[in-house]
Amino acid sequence: MSHVLSLIFAPGFFGSGPVQVALVTGGIVAIVSGIVGTFAVLRGQSYAGHALADISVTGGSGSFLVGISPLWGFVGISVLAAAVMDMIGVQRPRGRDLATGIVRGAGLGLAALFLYWDATYTSTTGATITILFGSMFTISSSVIPVVVLLSLAAIGIVATLYRPLLLSSVSADLAYVRGVSVRLAGALCLTAVALAVALSALTIGAILSTALLVGPAATALRLTNKPGLVMIWAAIIGLAATWLGVLLAFDSFYWPPARQGWPVSFFVVALVFAFYLLAQLPALIRARRA
Amino acid sequence: MFSGYLLNTWTVATIAAVVAGVVGFFIVLRGSAFVADAVPQGAFAGAAGASLLGINTLIGLGVFALIGALGIGWLGRRGRHDVATALALVVMLGLGALFLSFSVEYAPEIYSLLFGELFGVGTAEVAPVAVLGAVSVAAIIVMYRPLMLTSVMPELGEARGVSSYRIEMCFLVVVALATSMTLPVVGALLIFSLMIGPPAAARSVTNRPYLAMCLSVIIALVTVWAAIALSLMTNWPVGFFVGTFGACCYAAGRGWAAWRRRRAVRDDMDRPLAPQPVSQN
Amino acid sequence: MTTDRDHAVEPDETLAVDGVCVRLAGREVLHDVRFAIRAGEFVGLIGSNGAGKTTLLRVILGLQAPATGTVRIAGRPRARGSQLIGYVPQRILLDPDMPLRARDLVGLGLDGHRFGIPLPSRKRRQLVDQMLDAVDAVRFGDERVGNLSGGEQQRVLVAHALISRPRLLLLDEPLANLDIRSEQEVIALVARIAKEQRIAVLISAHEMNPLLPVMDRIVYMAAGRAASGTTSEVVQPAVLSELYGQHVDVIHIHDRILVVAGQGNGPDPTPGEHQDAPVGHRDRVPAHLADHT
Repeated sequence: MSHVLSLIFAPGFFGSGPVQVALVTGGIVAIVSGIVGTFAVLRGQSYAGHALADISVTGGSGSFLVGISPLWGFVGISVLAAAVMDMIGVQRPRGRDLATGIVRGAGLGLAALFLYWDATYTSTTGATITILFGSMFTISSSVIPVVVLLSLAAIGIVATLYRPLLLSSVSADLAYVRGVSVRLAGALCLTAVALAVALSALTIGAILSTALLVGPAATALRLTNKPGLVMIWAAIIGLAATWLGVLLAFDSFYWPPARQGWPVSFFVVALVFAFYLLAQLPALIRARRA
Repeated sequence: MFSGYLLNTWTVATIAAVVAGVVGFFIVLRGSAFVADAVPQGAFAGAAGASLLGINTLIGLGVFALIGALGIGWLGRRGRHDVATALALVVMLGLGALFLSFSVEYAPEIYSLLFGELFGVGTAEVAPVAVLGAVSVAAIIVMYRPLMLTSVMPELGEARGVSSYRIEMCFLVVVALATSMTLPVVGALLIFSLMIGPPAAARSVTNRPYLAMCLSVIIALVTVWAAIALSLMTNWPVGFFVGTFGACCYAAGRGWAAWRRRRAVRDDMDRPLAPQPVSQN
Repeated sequence: MTTDRDHAVEPDETLAVDGVCVRLAGREVLHDVRFAIRAGEFVGLIGSNGAGKTTLLRVILGLQAPATGTVRIAGRPRARGSQLIGYVPQRILLDPDMPLRARDLVGLGLDGHRFGIPLPSRKRRQLVDQMLDAVDAVRFGDERVGNLSGGEQQRVLVAHALISRPRLLLLDEPLANLDIRSEQEVIALVARIAKEQRIAVLISAHEMNPLLPVMDRIVYMAAGRAASGTTSEVVQPAVLSELYGQHVDVIHIHDRILVVAGQGNGPDPTPGEHQDAPVGHRDRVPAHLADHT
C-alpha cells in the first residue's frame, strides 16, 4: 500500500518547501480565480481576463525599471488597464472584444519595450519571458499574506455585488430600473477580475491565470443550475487541478527527455481542459443519441 | 535603412500588412478579435515544438496555427465561443511551455518570435510568405459574399444554404495561414494588433465594405512601414511600435466617429440616462 | 391630444404622464404625450413599431429623460429604483449557460439590488413559491431561464415584476413573440392578478385586438403622438385621422377592430374593402382576422 502511495506521492513531496509554498499560493489563487471567473465567463469576459493577465506581466517587467515591488507592478497596471478597458469598452460584446484587443496590444508593445530596456540597461535576463509562457512557482513565501488580503478583496467585491451582477447579466434594463448602477457594478467586477488575474499571473504564471479563470467556471456551469453552487464548484475544480498539477510536476522530475521535470503549467492546463471536456460529455452523448 | 539585407524585411512586412488589412477587415466584422489574438500565440507553441524536432519553424507555426484555429471552431460549437478560444489558447500555451522546458538552447529566439525581429528574415523565407499571402487573399476574395452574409446576417445565410459553421472553419484556416506567415517580422504577440487596429479605424471612417477593406490595407501598410522605420532608428523593438500605432489607429477611428456623431446631434439634452437596452437592437 | 379632460394630479392616480416630449438624434420621438392610469386599470399602449411606445415606456421607467413634461408615480415624481414599478422587458439574455433558475430570477425581483449574498430564508422561499404558483410556473421553477420557451419566460418575468408588490406593472411588447394560445394565457394571467391586487397595468403591443376583452382604456400612439381614453372614444376615424395626419378608417368585424389607411381625402371605402395595407400592421392582415374573411 505504501508502495502505491509512494508512486503517487514521490518521496519528499510533502516535505519540500517550494512545494508547500506552491500548494498554498496555487490553492489560494485557484479559489479566487474560480469564484471571480464565474462572473467573468458569464459576462463573456474571458478575453479581458486573458488580456489583463498579460498586461499585468508588463507591469511586472516595468516594475524592475521603476524600482517598485513586482507585486504592485502586477496589481497596479492590471487594475489600471481594467479601468481603461471599461472606459473605452462599449456595451455590446463585439465592441468590447475589440477594445480589449487594442489595450492588450498596447500593453504588450510596452512589455516589449520594457524587456528591451531591461536587457539593455539593467542586467536582468529574459526571465520575464518565462513569466509569459512558464510558471513561476518560485515566489517567496513572504508575499503570501498580501496575496491572501488581495484575494479576499477580490472575493469580497464579487460577494457584495452578487445579486446586482446576476440581475444585470440577465437584463441591464431590469437591473437599472431596480436602482442598480449597472455601469459601476460592471466596472467593479472587472476590477475584481483584474485583481484575481494579476495575483495568479504573479504567483503561478500568465498561462495558468487565464486557464484557472475560465476553465473551472465554464466546467462548473455544466454541473449545476444554482448560481451560488457554480462559484463553489469552480473553486473546487480549480483547486483540484492545481494541486494535482503540482503533484504530477513533482513526480515527473525524472521523466524524459530533460530529466528536470515537466512544467506545472502544462499539467494544470491539461487537467483543467480534461475536466472541461468531461463536463461536456453528457451533452455530447445526448446529442448523439437524439 | 533600405540596404540589401533589409529588403526582405520590407517585402515580408508589406505582404503581411496587405494580408492583415484584408483578413482583419473580417475579423473586426465578425467580432473575432480574441480568435485573432489566440491563434498566433498557439502558433508560437508550434514553433517551439518544431525547433525541438529540428523542423523549419514556419511549418511548426503553420501546423499549430491550424490546429489552434480548428480547435477553436470545434470547441466553439459545443460551448461559449470565448471560453472555447481561451481554453484552446491555454492548451497551446501549455504545450509551448512543455516544449520550451525540453530544450534549453531555444531561449534567445523566443523574444524575436514573440515581439518581432527585423533582421531575422532570410531570402529563402520570402517566397513561401508571398505564396501563403497570395493564397490567403485569394481565399478571402473567393469567400467574400458568403463571408459577408454569415458575418452580418447568419440566419439569412443559413436560409440560402450557406453553412455558417463551414464558412467559420474556412475563415479560421485563413486566419491561421495569415498569422503564421506574418509572425516573423511583427511577432506572435502583436500581429493581431495589425489585424484589428487598422481595420477598426477604417470601419469608423466608412461603412462601404470595399472602401473599408482598401482603407484598412493602406492604414496597415503605413503602420508597418512606420514601425519598421522607427525601430531601425531607435533600436527599440518593432513590436512596440506596432502595438502603439494599432492603439492610435483605433483611437483615431473612435474619435472621428464620435466627432461626426456630435455634429449630427443638434439637441444634446435628450441623451439616454441608461445604456441602451438589448430590446432596442 | 387627448379625450380625457386635463386634470390636476388626483391621489388615486397610479401613473400620470403630463406633456412629455422626447427628442433623440435630432428627431422628435414623443410629442406632448399625456394620460393617466388609475389603480387596477388595465391600459393598452397600442402603436406600430416606431410610434414611440418603447421610448414612452423608457421615460416612465426612468431610463430616458424627457425634454419637457413630467411623470408621476402614485403622486410622486419618477425616481430610479422605485419599488412601485414592476417591469417586464421584451427580451432578456437567452443564454442557456446562465445558471439562473426560474425561481432564482423571481427571487431577484425581491432583492436583486441588495448587496451581499442572500442567506437562505424560509420566508423568501415561500414568497417565491407563492409567486411561481400564481403564474403557474411551478413545474419549471427549477429549470434554467435560458431553457424556457418564450411563453414560460414571459410568465417568470411577470412573477419577477410582481413579487415586490408594485403599484404599476409595465409590460413591453410581451405578446410579440408568442403564439396565439400563449398570448391569451399571458393576457388573462396579468388581467386576473391586476384586478386581484389593484395593480395598474400598462401593456404595450402593436395589435389591440388580443387586448380588447380586458382593456379598460387605451393609449393609442402614432408618430410620437398619443390619444387616450376608452376604446370606443379613441378608436374612431376622426381621432385616429388626426393622430396619423392622414385619412384613416375604422372597421368593425365581429368583435374585432381593424384600422385601415384611406386614400387621402377621397370618399370612404366600403366596409370590408381594404384600400391600403392596414395602418400599423405592415403588409399583413392579422392572422386571426384572415380566418374570418
